[in-house]
Amino acid sequence: MKKFLIALLFAPIMAFASGSTAHIDKWPGSVSDKAALQNGAKLFVNYCLNCHGASYLRYKNLLDLGLTEQQVKENLMFTSDKIGELMRVAARSDEQKQWFGATPPDLTIVARARGEAGNAAAGADWLYTYLRSFYRDENRPTGWNNTVFENVGMPHILYGLQGQQVLNHETHKLELAVPGTMPPAEFDKSVSDLVGFMVWMGEPQQEFRRTLGFFVLAFLAVLFVVAYALKKEYWKDIH
Amino acid sequence: MAAGNFEKYKSDGSLAGNALEWVDARFPATAMWKGHLSEYYAPKNFNFWYFFGSLALLVLVIQIVTGIFLVMHYKPDAALNANGVPIAFASVEYIMRDVPGGWLIRYMHSTGASAFFIVVYLHMFRGLLYGSYRKPRELTWLFGVGIFLCLMGEAFFGYLLPWGQMSYWGAQVIVNLFSAIPIIGGDLSLIIRGDFVVGDATLNRFFSFHVIAFPLVLIGLVAAHVLALHETGSNNPDGVEIKANKDENGIPRDGIPFHPYYTVKDIVGVIVFLMVFSAVMFWAPEGGGYFLETPNFYPADPLKTPPHIAPVWYFTPFYSILRAVTYPLFGLDAKFWGVVAMGASVVIFAFLPWLDRSPVKSIRYRGPIYKTLLTIFVICFFILGYLGTLSPSPMGELISQICSVFYFGFFLAMPWWSRMDKFKPVPDRVTFK
Repeated sequence: MKKFLIALLFAPIMAFASGSTAHIDKWPGSVSDKAALQNGAKLFVNYCLNCHGASYLRYKNLLDLGLTEQQVKENLMFTSDKIGELMRVAARSDEQKQWFGATPPDLTIVARARGEAGNAAAGADWLYTYLRSFYRDENRPTGWNNTVFENVGMPHILYGLQGQQVLNHETHKLELAVPGTMPPAEFDKSVSDLVGFMVWMGEPQQEFRRTLGFFVLAFLAVLFVVAYALKKEYWKDIH
Repeated sequence: MAAGNFEKYKSDGSLAGNALEWVDARFPATAMWKGHLSEYYAPKNFNFWYFFGSLALLVLVIQIVTGIFLVMHYKPDAALNANGVPIAFASVEYIMRDVPGGWLIRYMHSTGASAFFIVVYLHMFRGLLYGSYRKPRELTWLFGVGIFLCLMGEAFFGYLLPWGQMSYWGAQVIVNLFSAIPIIGGDLSLIIRGDFVVGDATLNRFFSFHVIAFPLVLIGLVAAHVLALHETGSNNPDGVEIKANKDENGIPRDGIPFHPYYTVKDIVGVIVFLMVFSAVMFWAPEGGGYFLETPNFYPADPLKTPPHIAPVWYFTPFYSILRAVTYPLFGLDAKFWGVVAMGASVVIFAFLPWLDRSPVKSIRYRGPIYKTLLTIFVICFFILGYLGTLSPSPMGELISQICSVFYFGFFLAMPWWSRMDKFKPVPDRVTFK
C-alpha cells in the first residue's frame, strides 16, 4: 500500500518528465498557411475539443483564419452558440479524471509550453511527432501507448484516419498494421495542419507581431540617421 | 554643482518669462535644470560603456509605464476559474489575447525585465573597467549596489505573478532557502509566504511588493544614485578627475555640459538599444526560452513538481554559487552556507571601493594582473550563469565550485593583487581624439 502511494505521488512527475529520449521529427508546416490553419481548426474542434479545452481562445478569433462568421458558426461551433464565447471543453473535468486518470490539459498554449530552453519552437516538433506515434498496447487501459509519451493516458483519437500502428520490439520502430482512411502522407499532412493550428492559437497575433516588427525597426532606422546627424552636428565643436 | 549656487531666473517681460520667474522664486527649477543638465559638466571622453546608465533609466521608465497598464488588467488571484485555470494565469493570457495591444505591453514588460539586467550588468562592468567606484564616488557605488539588490527583489516578486509552473516552483524553492537560517528560518519563510505553501496569500503579497514597495524604494535609490554622482561629477575612461583642472570660470577644461552634448549622444544610444530591444520583442519574445521560460506556459500546479527548476537567466550565476556549496560547517547544513555564499556573492560588490588599492582607477593604466583577473572573473561569471540553467551534475558541481572560489578570491585577494600590478603613468588631461 505504501509503495503504491509513493508511486502515485511520483506518477505526475514521471508523466511530466517522460518522452525526452525518442526521436522527434521536425514539424514541416507554417503558421502563415491559412488553408492549412483552417484544416487544422476543423480537425481540432472535431477531434480535440471534446476532451481538451482551448479556454483562452474565442470562437471569434477563428475569423482571423480567413473564415466568415457564418462559416465558423456552421462548421466549427459545437460547444456554444455565441461567437464571442471561449472555446471551452464539452466534457466535465471530474468525469474525465475518472476516465483517463487525469484531466486532459487545456491546449491553447501547449505548443509554447512544450518548447525548450534554447529552442522555443521545439513544442511544434514534439506535438507533430507525438500525434503520429501512437501504437497498439493491450497492457494499457485505453489499448494505446505512445513512443514519445510513454504510458500516456490519452487514447489514439486519430486512429480512424491513421489506422493502427504496432511497435516492432526488435527494431523499436512503428509499423502500420491496419491502414486507416488516409494514406500515411496525407495523414502526416493533416497532423501538420493540426499542429499548425495549435501553434497559431498559442499566440494568434504572432504573424501580425512579426510584421509590425519590420515597421518599428524601419522607423527606428530612420530615426537613427536623424539622431546620429544631430549628434555629429552638436559634437563637431568639441575637440 | 549643488542646486542653489545658480542665480534665479529674471523675466524678460514676456508671459512665459514672468511665469518662470514666479516658479523660480518658489521652486529651484532653473537651479535643477542647470545643476543636473545644462551646466552639469561631464567629461567629454565618454565611450560606448557610458550609454548604459541612461539606458537603465530608460528601461526603468518602460517597466513602470507598461506595469501601470498591466496592473489594470492583471488579477493576482490563485483561485481556479470556471475552466479550472488559476485566475492569475488566465488573466495574463487575457492580456495577451483580449486586451487591445495587451500582448505588446506584456512583451515590453517581460523583455524589459531581461533587458534591465543586461543593461545593469554592463553598467556595473563599466564600473569595474574604469574604477568608477573609487574615491570620491563610493556612495554612488553603494546606492548602485542597493539598486541592484532592489532590482533582484523586484524581479523575483514579479516572476511569481504570471502564476505558471516555473513562477510557482521557483518561488517555492527560493522562499524555502530562508528556512535554512538557524532558529528563525522556519518562521521567516512562513512570514514571507503567508502560508505553509506558496499560495494565494503569497501571490497577493508579492503583487503588493512588486507594484508598490519595491518600485518606490527603487526610484528613491535611483534618485540618490544620480544625486550622489552629480555631487562628485562623473568618472571617465581615463579615471582622471576633470575637476582638478578648471578654467578661469571654474569650468572643468575637459568637461562639457551634459545638455545638449550628452542628451543628443544618449538619444543615439537609446535608438540603437530600442532597435535591439524591438528585434527581441517582435521576433523572439521568448528570448529562446530564457526570457519567458517554457514551463511557465503551464499554469501553477502545487501537485506537479517540474523535473528541473531553474531560476531566470539573470539569477543563475548566484544560484550556481548557492548550489556549489555542498559541505556542512559548524554544525549547520550545506544549504545554509549556500544561502550565505549566494548573499555574499551579491553584497561583496559593496566592498569594492575599499578592496581596490591600486594607485590608478582606469584599466587603461592598470597592468596585466588586473586585465587577466578581470577576464577570468567575467568568464567565471558566464560559466556560473550557464551552469545555473542546467540540472545538477557532478561535473557541473565541480566546475561551479572552482568558479565560485575564483569569484570570491577575485574580491577577497584584491587588496593585495591590486597593489602589485605594473601601472602606467596617468595623464593630467583626458584622452580625446
